[in-house]
Amino acid sequence: MAIPGQQPLSHLEEFMEGIWKQNPVFVMVLGMCPVLAVSVSAVNALSMGVATTFVLLCSTLLVSLIRNVVPKEVRIATYIVIIATFVTVVDYLIAAISLAVYEALGAFIQLIVVNCIILGRAEAHASKNPPLRTAVNALGMGAGFTIGLFALGSVREILGAGKLFGVALFGPDFQPWVVMVLPPGGFFVLGAWLLLFNWLKNRAAGSAGKLAEGGAHG
Amino acid sequence: MADISAGQIFLSAVLANNFVLAMFLGLCPFLGVSNRLATAAPMGAATTFVMLVASLCAYGLNWLVVHFELEFLRLISYIVVIASAVQLVEMVTKKYSPALFRALGIYLPLITTNCAVLGVALFQTAREYSFVQSLAFAIGAGAGFSLALILMAGLRERLNLARVPDVVQGTALALMLAGLLSLAFMGFAGLGAGE
Repeated sequence: MAIPGQQPLSHLEEFMEGIWKQNPVFVMVLGMCPVLAVSVSAVNALSMGVATTFVLLCSTLLVSLIRNVVPKEVRIATYIVIIATFVTVVDYLIAAISLAVYEALGAFIQLIVVNCIILGRAEAHASKNPPLRTAVNALGMGAGFTIGLFALGSVREILGAGKLFGVALFGPDFQPWVVMVLPPGGFFVLGAWLLLFNWLKNRAAGSAGKLAEGGAHG
Repeated sequence: MADISAGQIFLSAVLANNFVLAMFLGLCPFLGVSNRLATAAPMGAATTFVMLVASLCAYGLNWLVVHFELEFLRLISYIVVIASAVQLVEMVTKKYSPALFRALGIYLPLITTNCAVLGVALFQTAREYSFVQSLAFAIGAGAGFSLALILMAGLRERLNLARVPDVVQGTALALMLAGLLSLAFMGFAGLGAGE
C-alpha cells in the first residue's frame, strides 16, 4: 500500500508482501472458510489456491483499470459483480478441465466470491494503485494463499491418510489419524501453524529485545 | 431430495452438519464477533434474517434463471440479492439501535461476504430443495450459526479470566477452541442423516 511521503515498494517487495509480511492465511487470517474446508488433501488445496489466485488476479486487475471511473458509492457492489463474473468463469473452467477436482471442491468454487481476501485486496489495494503494481501484489497474495493452503492440506493429508498427493508415505502399519481429515482436524492444524508462527515471532522479538538491551548496556 | 422432511433438514443444519463447525462456513464473523455474548446473539439474529431473505430470493431467482436458461447468471444474481438484503438490515439496525450498530461495526456490512449466507443459497440449489425444505434449511442454518457463535462467545468470555501463555493468545487459541467445539459437535453425526 503506497502511503504518501513514503518510498513506494519495489515490485519485488510488493510481491513478497503477500507471501511473507501480509500472508493472508497465517498473518491476516482471512478467507478461512475455503482454507479449512478444502484442505483435506494436498491436491484439493493446490487447485483451490490456483483458482483463487486466478480470480484474485483478474478481478483486481479490472478493478484497478476502472478505478477512476467507478463512483465511490457503488464501488463495493461493482467489485462484487466483477468478482462473481470471474468466479463463474473459473467454475466452468474447472468443470471442463477436471471433473474429479470439480466434484471434490463442490460449492467452494462458487464460494470464492465471498472470500474476504479478494474483496479486501480490491478495496484496499487495487482501487488505489495502477494495474501493474496491482497485478504484482495480487500474484503475491495468491501465492501466499496457495502456500498457506498447501501447508495445511499436506499436513492434514500426511497425518490423516498417511499419504501425500495420493502416494503412501509410511508402511502398511501406519494408523491414520482420522480426526485430521474430519472438520476438527482443520481447526487444530491451522491453530498449530498459527502457534508456530507466534512462537517464532515472539522468539525473534525476544532476541531483538535482548540485543537492543545489550547494546544499551555495552 | 424430495423425500427428506423439513424437520430432518432443520436438525441436520443445526447440529449434525452445523454450518460453522462441520462445514466451515462463516468463519470470519465466528472468530471476529465471538468475543462478547452481548454482540454474539444479535449478530446471530441478523445473519439468520439475511439467510432467510437470501434463501427466499434464491428460490425465486433459481426458478427464473432456469426458466430463461441463464444458469451462468445464477451466482451473480444471488450475490447482488444478498448484498441488497444486507444493506436493508444495516439501515434498519442503524435507525433502531445505533448502539448495536456501532458494536457490530465492520462485521455488519461483512455479512455480504459471509460464506454461510451464500452457502445456504448455493446448497439449497445444488440439493434441489423444495420451497418448504429451503425455508427449513435457511432457518436451521441460521440457528446453527447463532448456536455456534453464542457457545463460542460464552467460552471466550470465560477464557478472558484464565491465565494463558502469551504464545497461544489470540487467533491460535480461538481456533483450538473451535476445534474442540467441532469435536463435540461430531457427536451429533448421523442425527437427521440428510446427506
